[in-house]
Amino acid sequence: MSVSAVFVLDLKGKVLICRNYKGDVDMAEIDHFLPLLMTEEEEGVTCPIMMHGNVHFLWIKHTNLYLVATTNKNSNASLVYAFLYKLVEVFTEYFTELEEESIQDNFVVVYELLDELMDFGFPQTTDSKILQEYITQEGAKLEVAKTKVPTTVTNAVSWRSEGIKYKKNEVFIDVIESINLLVNANGSVMSSDIVGTVKLKTMLSGMPELRLGLNDRALFALTGRDKGKTVSMEDVKFHQCVRLSRFESDRTISFIPPDGESELMSYRINTHVKPLIWIESVIEKFSHSRVEIMVKAKGQFKKQSVANNVEVRVPVPSDADSPKFKTSTGHAKYVPEKNLAVWTIKSFPGGKEFLMRASFGLPSVENDEMEGKPPITVNFEIPYFTVSGIQVRYMKIIEKSGYQALPWVRYITQSGDYQLRSNF
Amino acid sequence: MLCFHVCAGEIFELKAELNSDKKEKKKEAVKKVIASMTVGKDVSALFPDVVNCMQTDNLELKKLVYLYLMNYAKSQPDMAIMAVNTFVKDCEDPNPLIRALAVRTMGCIRVDKITEYLCEPLRKCLKDEDPYVRKTAAVCVAKLHDINAQLVEDQGFLDTLKDLISDSNPMVVANAVAALSEIAESHPNSNLLDLNPQSINKLLTALNECTEWGQIFILDCLANYAPRDDRESQSICERVTPRLSHANSAVVLSAVKVLMKFMEMLPKDLDYYGTLLKKLAPPLVTLLSAEPELQYVALRNINLIVQKRPEILKHEMKVFFVKYNDPIYVKLEKLDIMIRLASQANIAQVLAELKEYATEVDVDFVRKAVRAIGRCAIKVEQSAERCVSTLLDLIQTKVNYVVQEAIVVIKDIFRKYPNKYESVIATLCENLDSLDEPEARAAMIWIVGEYAERIDNADELLESFLEGFHDESTQVQLQLLTAIVKLFLKKPTETQELVQQVLSLATQDSDNPDLRDRGYIYWRLLSTDPVAAKEVVLAEKPLISEETDLIEPTLLEELICHIGTLASVYHKPPSAFVEGSRGVMHKRLPARTGSLSTESPDVGTIAGGSGTETAPSIIPSQGDLLGDLLNLDLAPPTTTGPPPPTSGMQMGGMDLLGGGLDSLVGSPMPPRHASGLVPWHSSVDDLCPQVWLPAMKAKGLEISGTFARRAGVIQMELTLTNKAMSVMTDFAIQFNRNSFGLAPAGPLQVLSPLSPNQTIEVSLPLSTVGPVMKMEPLNNLQVAVKNNIDVFYFSCQYPISMLFVEDGKMERQVFLATWKDIPNENESQFQIKDCHLNSDAASNKLQASNIFTIAKRTVEGQDMLYMSIKLSNGIWVLAELRVQTGNPNYTVSTEDGWGTTGGAVDRCCCGAAHRLLPFSMSTLVLFDL
Repeated sequence: MSVSAVFVLDLKGKVLICRNYKGDVDMAEIDHFLPLLMTEEEEGVTCPIMMHGNVHFLWIKHTNLYLVATTNKNSNASLVYAFLYKLVEVFTEYFTELEEESIQDNFVVVYELLDELMDFGFPQTTDSKILQEYITQEGAKLEVAKTKVPTTVTNAVSWRSEGIKYKKNEVFIDVIESINLLVNANGSVMSSDIVGTVKLKTMLSGMPELRLGLNDRALFALTGRDKGKTVSMEDVKFHQCVRLSRFESDRTISFIPPDGESELMSYRINTHVKPLIWIESVIEKFSHSRVEIMVKAKGQFKKQSVANNVEVRVPVPSDADSPKFKTSTGHAKYVPEKNLAVWTIKSFPGGKEFLMRASFGLPSVENDEMEGKPPITVNFEIPYFTVSGIQVRYMKIIEKSGYQALPWVRYITQSGDYQLRSNF
Repeated sequence: MLCFHVCAGEIFELKAELNSDKKEKKKEAVKKVIASMTVGKDVSALFPDVVNCMQTDNLELKKLVYLYLMNYAKSQPDMAIMAVNTFVKDCEDPNPLIRALAVRTMGCIRVDKITEYLCEPLRKCLKDEDPYVRKTAAVCVAKLHDINAQLVEDQGFLDTLKDLISDSNPMVVANAVAALSEIAESHPNSNLLDLNPQSINKLLTALNECTEWGQIFILDCLANYAPRDDRESQSICERVTPRLSHANSAVVLSAVKVLMKFMEMLPKDLDYYGTLLKKLAPPLVTLLSAEPELQYVALRNINLIVQKRPEILKHEMKVFFVKYNDPIYVKLEKLDIMIRLASQANIAQVLAELKEYATEVDVDFVRKAVRAIGRCAIKVEQSAERCVSTLLDLIQTKVNYVVQEAIVVIKDIFRKYPNKYESVIATLCENLDSLDEPEARAAMIWIVGEYAERIDNADELLESFLEGFHDESTQVQLQLLTAIVKLFLKKPTETQELVQQVLSLATQDSDNPDLRDRGYIYWRLLSTDPVAAKEVVLAEKPLISEETDLIEPTLLEELICHIGTLASVYHKPPSAFVEGSRGVMHKRLPARTGSLSTESPDVGTIAGGSGTETAPSIIPSQGDLLGDLLNLDLAPPTTTGPPPPTSGMQMGGMDLLGGGLDSLVGSPMPPRHASGLVPWHSSVDDLCPQVWLPAMKAKGLEISGTFARRAGVIQMELTLTNKAMSVMTDFAIQFNRNSFGLAPAGPLQVLSPLSPNQTIEVSLPLSTVGPVMKMEPLNNLQVAVKNNIDVFYFSCQYPISMLFVEDGKMERQVFLATWKDIPNENESQFQIKDCHLNSDAASNKLQASNIFTIAKRTVEGQDMLYMSIKLSNGIWVLAELRVQTGNPNYTVSTEDGWGTTGGAVDRCCCGAAHRLLPFSMSTLVLFDL
């Protein structure tokens, strides 16, 4: 059904740590992993699933590590990858950074975690906050804490422990919208969507019941009330604390939140929005002599709003040299290791338009290698604003002790995968 | 893992530390041992010393010792027994963490010797008060089962495990389900997951409460269930759909699997069906924002879903546009799906994208993009012109591999639209020199040969290839040989020398038998009969079909049942890559029935309780379907069928076929075996005539008769007997309107008067162009016969096989596409029992009756015949006949393209198939839809 063994390898393919869960695949099979991967890389066709004989390797790469799962059955591949990414998440929470050294330094805890995260190939408890309650890093603390029954592990509410206490009860809600955009070389928008997330920082005592109200169009259609602007969400995904069947039936987002930081939900919106920062570019290449670049950036959002840390990244040929820049605002620099000209504007008010010119020299002997046509990418952040117009209408917090709690909401819109193909 | 020998001194030191009195020192020593183990050093020599540390109340130390045990117990089975006592003790520890740890580790010590000592502790833990222990114990049952299945069964652990499905704790339920599924998977006949509506209800309740992983176990298990009817199916779907909003992609995909499978059973006109379709698209699209590996799995699955239900994502083309920073494996998959979704509505956008991709740097991706343009041209006819001009633009780039790839696809476009785009040949010829890949060279040569008469210097071009003939690959050599022969046949005067040259190169100087044989055949053809040569070589080619890369429908159905798994990623059935799964039942989509669907009770619930997993039905890869075309030789069919016994049982079967023969008016029933169960030999001529009109009812005129199809003409063979006292004259015949428009093609030829006691046999040719009216049963024919005495009416039934026309052999590609397109509610299945013919004999026999075998596949001892039948009114009936070698029961699935009366046609055709095969029929189950 699932995984036979899990390995953590370094970049040379050496096993740093492993756990054999089922014993139906020879542990030595892992020696084939790196050679297989190298062959694939040479042929330019890497694939996250590789087969050797009847053994399948499902792998992901994280910093300087390969996390590999082996199986010889018709396993649930999406479960395996989801689990591998969960491993990364849990290890990262434990060791702050997951890389070769942190595995070597913490092998005892890693073994303990691997034992607890999966049993006989079935993922078990993978919530790192709960795990931290009974798998702690310092041995000394263990003996007292761990004789307690880990109720949370098997509770229906497996993500929150009982008995949490705060002096001041607060919830911080961040609504973050990322804009994904793909514009082709002649300036027409090929695809654009908004991926929004609602993040919580919960500092509430006890087992509070929360209800989040958004200006969700489907909800208003259901209840028949219509108060101003509503937003229709294409697809909504929830943290497992949210009661999905409740949402399905009456669009109520009700849950008992995990303690501390968590991502409560994410949604996708397909409605076409005007690209917030519009880029027009002219890139002229005079072979053997120079490249002339002209980029115009226009803020297509409300005048009151300001985009912060705007970064326009323009690709340049790999053999370009002697950069010269001229900007109407902000400053531009050449990043040769990434073959980019990066134009940074600290604060970019809505409705404004700025210009950047750059020129590069090209060697007289032309580079034979074909170069790709990377797109121009843009990074930005607009606080106090959501493109979709989504709003938190209310957050109701009910706990049996009856305390008063305050919800705080912040909105921010930022660039996601924001690509404009250039014509050079 | 590498093994290093640890030097004796080190081992000695560790030994001393392990036996130290100080707890801290002990723990540090065990840690050192584990550290050595981790880097691959062999520390098995310390086994007894480490095991001695096992009895401790320090949980961390205990965990380390257990870890050591798991690693080395197998290599030291005798010493592993030392650990048993501690396990037994730990399973009774007041701390549930220790109890669970013990039971978890126990199962990982894969030493058969100690397993029986572990049964008692396990039994206790399965009933533990703490759910954390119970959920761990549930998994332990699967572990023990893997080591010693018999022991686990004898101890009754499986029943305890089944009871845990009703546990109050959702985590325990989820793990019990996972353990049972795991055991059931390796023991497909164990009938373990005996799912019924009650247990399904429990699972659906637990689904709302357990962790994300538990939800996946439950959903994957649900997917094996076969709902009894469409209402149950709908209610499960309703309770599964909320999972589509889960943040974990794997939960979403498993939910999609359940929905895709159970949807199969919902009637398409149901509102809910449409709602469900709409609900599926957004989560599938969202999967594309997951991590790249998960995206890849999602895309491979979307590829299947798009083939099975194109309507779900038909408006979502844009999300499959490739991003610059997508990994290559994601790019290639997106491209594939883009082509599948390409239609007239979006083709302009798709082409613009493809053109963009064709100028990228990644060679594999660029090639695939160029190929994709060609596929668009073939798929969307209206776009062909635009595609060709895009390809020409690309050829102008002169990028070597782009040009070659473009030429290969242009060849296909020529084959799809002959004589339409030859104007581009000149451009192609300009690039002759840059072609260095065999496939591109072969394609170019084919084009030159095919259009030799329009290319002035075709001979020079081909001659230039001929120079290096022996250095070419076989593909190019064969193509060159054929092209030059074509050229010769078109322009014989100037090219005689060239053709002789190539023939001698192919026949005398080549070691390749294929090439030699082809050379000889051409040579002989050209020298003996140039006209025949022309007919053979310049024969009109069948057009290539649009979707050459569709997954074969049976395989597609199986893969849909495996959404999210490796099978769905590889697009191969699990049996193709999992050892020991041969002979394991293949999963199939449930039939769209509102009624019972088990052929016989004993094959009901298998491997996860799916009643529809009745028979293997796999075709590993669709490409082979064409290769394996049955050699249709026209040898006279055998006549070896054993005469069937006629019993009441069979009569029962016939009622299903005949659809109420008893209700026929006017004539007493002829013996039924006469129409139905007579052994069917080389043709239907052998059918015994039946009495249609007894003399009693027609003032002395008795009419008996039968039907036959001869040389494409349906004949009604009538025997008229005058049992009256006076002479009969002036015969005429007329038919009432009937289902297939049968009508006399001429007058009833009774030329001389019929004297008393005289019998005359008349053959009446029938046409199928008469007025149509649906009859019940479908093959009922009402006839009026007139003579000088009176007009008499009777009705009779003709075998539906009369209507199977000679040109009922469907193109393979068309077949493939049609089979896929026919909605499932037009499909029916039934079994033919006790037919002792092998598939080839059956195929020959059926062919004599115009039931054509299009393709045959043998998969795991099962022959699958794909057949087509065309009725005289143009309706096609497609059938799949599965024959298990050594099993006298056949399974026939039929599909027809006729919506409303489809079922009836099926029923008749099924009847026909029955009639055509000499078998004795014992049971017949019809899936009436």
